[in-house]
Amino acid sequence: MTEPLLKVAGLNAWYGESHILHGMDFEVRPGEVVTLIGRNGAGKTTTLRAIMGMVKNRTGSVLLGGTETVKMPAERVARLGIAICPEERGIFSSLNVTENLTLPPVIAEGGMSLEEVYSLFPILKERGKSQGTKLSGGEQQMLAIARILRTGAKLLMLDEPTEGLAPVIVEQIGKTIQELRKRDFTILLVEQNFRFASSVADRHYVVEHGNVIDEIANEAIDQNREKLTQYLGV
Amino acid sequence: MIEFLGVPLPLFMGQLLIGLINGSFYAVLSLGLALIFGLLNIVNFAHGALYMVGAFVAYLLLQFIGIGYWPALILAPVIVAGLGMLIERFLLRPLHDLDHLYGLLLTFGLALVLEGTFRHFYGVSGMPYSIPDSLAGAQRLMVPTWLTGEDPVFMMALPNYRAWVIVASLIVCTATWILIERTKLGALMRAATEKPDLVRAFGVNVPALITLTYGLGVGLAAFAGVLAAPIYSVNPIMGSNIIIVVFAIVVIGGLGSIGGAIVSGFLLGVIEGITKVFYPEASNVVIFVVMAIVLIVRPAGLFGKGA
Ligand SMILES: Nc1ncnc2c1ncn2[C@@H]1O[C@H](COP(=O)(O)OP(=O)(O)OP(=O)(O)O)[C@@H](O)[C@H]1O
Ligand SMILES: [Mg+2]
Repeated sequence: MTEPLLKVAGLNAWYGESHILHGMDFEVRPGEVVTLIGRNGAGKTTTLRAIMGMVKNRTGSVLLGGTETVKMPAERVARLGIAICPEERGIFSSLNVTENLTLPPVIAEGGMSLEEVYSLFPILKERGKSQGTKLSGGEQQMLAIARILRTGAKLLMLDEPTEGLAPVIVEQIGKTIQELRKRDFTILLVEQNFRFASSVADRHYVVEHGNVIDEIANEAIDQNREKLTQYLGV
Repeated sequence: MIEFLGVPLPLFMGQLLIGLINGSFYAVLSLGLALIFGLLNIVNFAHGALYMVGAFVAYLLLQFIGIGYWPALILAPVIVAGLGMLIERFLLRPLHDLDHLYGLLLTFGLALVLEGTFRHFYGVSGMPYSIPDSLAGAQRLMVPTWLTGEDPVFMMALPNYRAWVIVASLIVCTATWILIERTKLGALMRAATEKPDLVRAFGVNVPALITLTYGLGVGLAAFAGVLAAPIYSVNPIMGSNIIIVVFAIVVIGGLGSIGGAIVSGFLLGVIEGITKVFYPEASNVVIFVVMAIVLIVRPAGLFGKGA
C-alpha cells in the first residue's frame, strides 16, 4: 500500500477552553478523494483548520508527506503542499476577482497555469475586474477552489463546496472534482450532501463529537445506507 | 487690491497655502496610521513621536555626520522604519494574540518614552533646521490677466520650500496608494487586513507582513517629520502637537481607509486654513467639529466601509 499523503493520529484541538477534537485518526493516500461526513457541529471544519494550523491549540500528530506539522504555524504547513478552500469561501472584498485568484503564492512546481484555471472556470476571466464578493455564491465557490489550483499544492481540502448552491452548480463542482483527480490532486472533502459525496469520493470517514467513528468504502455505500442515515440524522 | 469673498486675495491665498501645507502633513501622517490600523488593528499612539524622531534623525545626521537635507529625506525614514520594525517585532508581536487594547497601551507608553528622552536631551525650545539652498527663495504669483482683464495683480508669495512640501507629500501619498491598491504586495496587505488567518494558510508569512507594514507606516511619519523640520524647527513635542488632529482626521476619513486618509488629510488642512480667514477663533476646533458631525452622520467615516 502507498504511503499516506496525510496521516492524522490522535488529533485533539481546542477553541479557547472548549475541547472540540478528541483524538481524530484517519489518513488520505495520494490521488484519493476522501470525505469527512457528519452532522452539524461534529468537528469537520475544525479538523481541516487544525490540519492547516489555523486552529493553533492542538496536540497529536499530523503527518504531511511524512513531515510532522502539528507544531508548525499555518504558513509553514501550507508550504508543504496543502491548501484549503474554507467553508465560508473566504473571498476578499477589497480584492478584485483576478487579485483573489492570484493571491495565494506558488509554493511548489506543478500547479495549474492561469490559462488552465480559466479553461476550467471561464467565468473568472470574464469577471476579472469585479470586486471578489460581487460574484454570485456559486461563482465565489469556484473562485475559492480555483485560487488553490495554481499554487502547486497537491492536497486540497474543500469544506462543503456544495453548501447552499443550486443543483446545476453542484453538478459542475462535481465535474471539477473529477477533473482534479485526473490531474493527480488528492482531495480531502467535507460534505453533508451524501449523494454528492458518493459521486466523487473513494472513501468516507464519519465524524461525530470530534471523533472518527466509522470508515466506509464508497463501493460499500449501498450496504451501509441505514447506518449512514442514522449517523447523519437525515 | 483684489478681494475675494470680502477678504484681500493675498490673505485668502496665504491661508489656503498654509492649509495645504498642514494638509500635506496630515495626509502623510494619517495615511501611515491608516495602514497600521488596517493590519495591526491598533491606533498607533507612537505615530507622532516617530514623526518627531524622523525630524531629529535628520537633525542629528546633519549635526554629527554632516549629512544634509536631501539624503536625510531618504535616510531618516529608512532608519525610523527600521526602528519601527524592531518595535513591532519585539514589542508588539508578543501582544498580537491579546486584546488590541494592550498594543494600543504599549504604543502610548512608547510615545511618552520617546518624547521624554528627547526632551531630556534637547528641552522643548526646538532646534533650527535650515531650508536646503536649492529650495530657498519664493515665487511671486500674480492673478492671471485673463481673469482680471487688467494688468497682472499680486496674488501671493509662494515660498519654494512650501511648494515642495505639497508636491513631495502628493508624490509620497500617490506612490503609497499605488503600492497598496495596484501591486501584489499591496493585495497581500489588503487581504491580510481582512482575513489574516486565511492568508497565512496560503503560505504567506503574515507576521512578517505586519512588521513590514508597521515599518512602512512609521517610515511615512518620519518622512513627514523631515519635511516639517525646516518649517517648524525640530522639537521634541512637535509630534504630540500634531497627532491629536491627525487622529481626528483618520476618524473622519474612516479608520483604515487608505484613500480616505489621504483625501481627508488635505481636505481638513484646507478647511482649517479657510476657517482661519473667515472665523479665526474657530480654526483650532474646526477639525474636531467636523469629526463630531461626521461621527453623527456617518459613524464609519467619510470613506469607511460600514462599521
Ligand atoms: N471559533 C469557534 N470558537 C468556539 N467554538 C467553535 C468555533 N468554531 C466552531 N466551534 C464549535 O466547535 C464545534 C465543531 O464545529 P465545526 O465548525 O468544526 O463543525 P462542523 O462539523 O464543521 O459543522 P457544520 O457541518 O455545521 O459546518 C461546534 O460545537 C462549534 O460550536
Ligand atoms: Mg463546517
